[in-house]
Amino acid sequence: MSATPLLELRGIDKSFGPVQVLRDVALSAHAGEVTALVGDNGAGKSTLVKCISGIYTTDAGEFLFEGRPVTINSPRDAAGLGIEVVYQDLALCDNLDIVQNMFLGREKRSGLVLDEPTMEQMAAETLAGLSVRTVKSLRQHVSSLSGGQRQTVAIAKAVLWNSRLVILDEPTAALGVAQTAQVLELVRRLADNGLAVVLISHNMNDVFAVSDRIAALYLGQMVAQVKTTDITHAQVVELITAGRSGNLGLTPDPAPADGTGAQPAEAQNPGADR
Amino acid sequence: MSTTVVTKEGPAAVTAAPTVGSHVRSYWSRVRGGDIGALPAVLGLVVLCTVFSIMRPSFLTAGNFANLFTQGAAVTLIAMGLVFVLLLGEIDLSAGFASGVCAAILANVATVLGYPWYVAVLAALATGVLIGTVLGFLVAKIGIPSFVVTLAGFLAFQGVVLVLIDQGSNIAIRDSVLLAIANRNLPPALGWALAGVTVAGYAAVQLNRYRTRSARGLVADPMAVVLARIGALALILGVAVYILNLERSRNVLVTSLKGVPIVVPIIAVLLIAWTFVLQRTSYGRHVYAVGGNREAARRAGINVDRIRISVFMICSAMAAVGGIVAASRGNSVDPNTGGSNVLLYAVGAAVIGGTSLFGGKGRVLDAVLGGAVVAVIDNGMGLMEYSSGTKYVVTGVVLLLAASVDALSRRRAAATGNR
Repeated sequence: MSATPLLELRGIDKSFGPVQVLRDVALSAHAGEVTALVGDNGAGKSTLVKCISGIYTTDAGEFLFEGRPVTINSPRDAAGLGIEVVYQDLALCDNLDIVQNMFLGREKRSGLVLDEPTMEQMAAETLAGLSVRTVKSLRQHVSSLSGGQRQTVAIAKAVLWNSRLVILDEPTAALGVAQTAQVLELVRRLADNGLAVVLISHNMNDVFAVSDRIAALYLGQMVAQVKTTDITHAQVVELITAGRSGNLGLTPDPAPADGTGAQPAEAQNPGADR
Repeated sequence: MSTTVVTKEGPAAVTAAPTVGSHVRSYWSRVRGGDIGALPAVLGLVVLCTVFSIMRPSFLTAGNFANLFTQGAAVTLIAMGLVFVLLLGEIDLSAGFASGVCAAILANVATVLGYPWYVAVLAALATGVLIGTVLGFLVAKIGIPSFVVTLAGFLAFQGVVLVLIDQGSNIAIRDSVLLAIANRNLPPALGWALAGVTVAGYAAVQLNRYRTRSARGLVADPMAVVLARIGALALILGVAVYILNLERSRNVLVTSLKGVPIVVPIIAVLLIAWTFVLQRTSYGRHVYAVGGNREAARRAGINVDRIRISVFMICSAMAAVGGIVAASRGNSVDPNTGGSNVLLYAVGAAVIGGTSLFGGKGRVLDAVLGGAVVAVIDNGMGLMEYSSGTKYVVTGVVLLLAASVDALSRRRAAATGNR
């Protein structure tokens, strides 16, 4: 996959007051691939996602979308580029049905009136395109769906708008075994349909099951972004917890005293080896 | 009949072409799952009417039937506005006295200042919209709980009414158009014509929906169900118009009294209009969304504050309509217009009809069905010569009962994964 990444970030910095959350982060997401974004709590995964989706503005760094430099200052900008985020809490309305949820805020209308048949058809096509067959009726209230089905609806909602890049925040965190398998299959299918997918997950099994690349964040730095086939379970865990593993990740600190210090020296520029 | 009324928006729950049987089964499973809608109101109405008819034969006369509409009209109209506020899980306790303020404005403009009726009506409606805007602003932008804002309004508006009508006197309504609203009837032929137009319009909408959905290969309700709905509406309207067109005057030689009361088409038009807004426009969809999950609505790009302010505007504007009808019915406006039990009756009507106090669930039709229940209780107990003390107690108990049904069905829905 030497083609231009769909989305490429370079040198992203982000601080909240005195706390620098992201430093010099690079990330690339390729169309047709699942990029797993891993990292411990507080590593900056959520902040990075919010920067990509336009909720936060970055302090420094550049965004390249299909090789062109772009600026993302608001969620609207991100949506305009075809970037959709499925948050952990899904943001579905229980009292509305599947079609109503998928089109919420972007309803199709003919004149003043909602165009229900068109919306229902588009929803049915989207779900069929993702080979979703687990929902009985599109007019079911979301309240009657299982966790996996809700996740499916949330993902389908993100895909509906000709999106190019879908970011999934812990999509399997609250699911059982069978439902996790269903959702992972769906994630894989998104990529196979030509979308770029960024999957945030804590679960190594999930990461190795579906991802093509793994990007590891450690204390606000991108310590590695490698092909999934080139790395082992144990190495990823080391990257997450210690920031390096063998020749991957942060270069060992020359100062002998404190190897895994909380403040890696500014002079080093580990970057992401792609 | 109850099936028809309640499943008006009922989605077919199966992908295979639904039959009448599967339609009924899916409705029944939703009821068992806690989604009971207006079923208690419809059943309550049947039971109450039966009991009162047996206890007091005068309950079941054409004259009393017409009375029910004029007695219940103001409360029903206020309840229709309250449905919007309740859909967001908010409450408007000031709606009763807001209607009183609007009625006082109406009386002042029409009688004291002598402007024509339409100026007075516009002034009253504008007052309602203004009140709603202020309430909505305080709730949505300042962030005061709606309970507190409208409780303050409840007290303040009570005072405003007193100020507007000069410390406890009353202002008579003399304009013939304003008086006609709650006191005159349509000519019988016009009543039939309006009923015919309503049924034809409903049939056209239903059949058109069936046709487009079938043509597009989407799941449509079975034809038999569609026809049953149209038939049921035609039957209900036909019987009602027939009874209302009977002679109600005690002495025909003195005066003839027959026809559909003018408030009935007013309620019907507002019912259709607001139902259209809630079910068929994106504004209505957004109201349900904000009521169901405010954060999801916000992330979907819906302007939540604007929706919250707008529902209070609708509620107070409908309170103004209710105030106009109340002023017309009372032939005057006094400090108690919109006071005493009006607000609780209106909240009760919405909740009895099946609108949830927790937000996200309810229809404008609920207000009309619940309003009918409240009117029947009030009217029937009046005929049985209970004191107004007993009436208050009974209505309070009915309101609590409806709220319990709401809370319990919500729990049931949560238990069966329906909510």
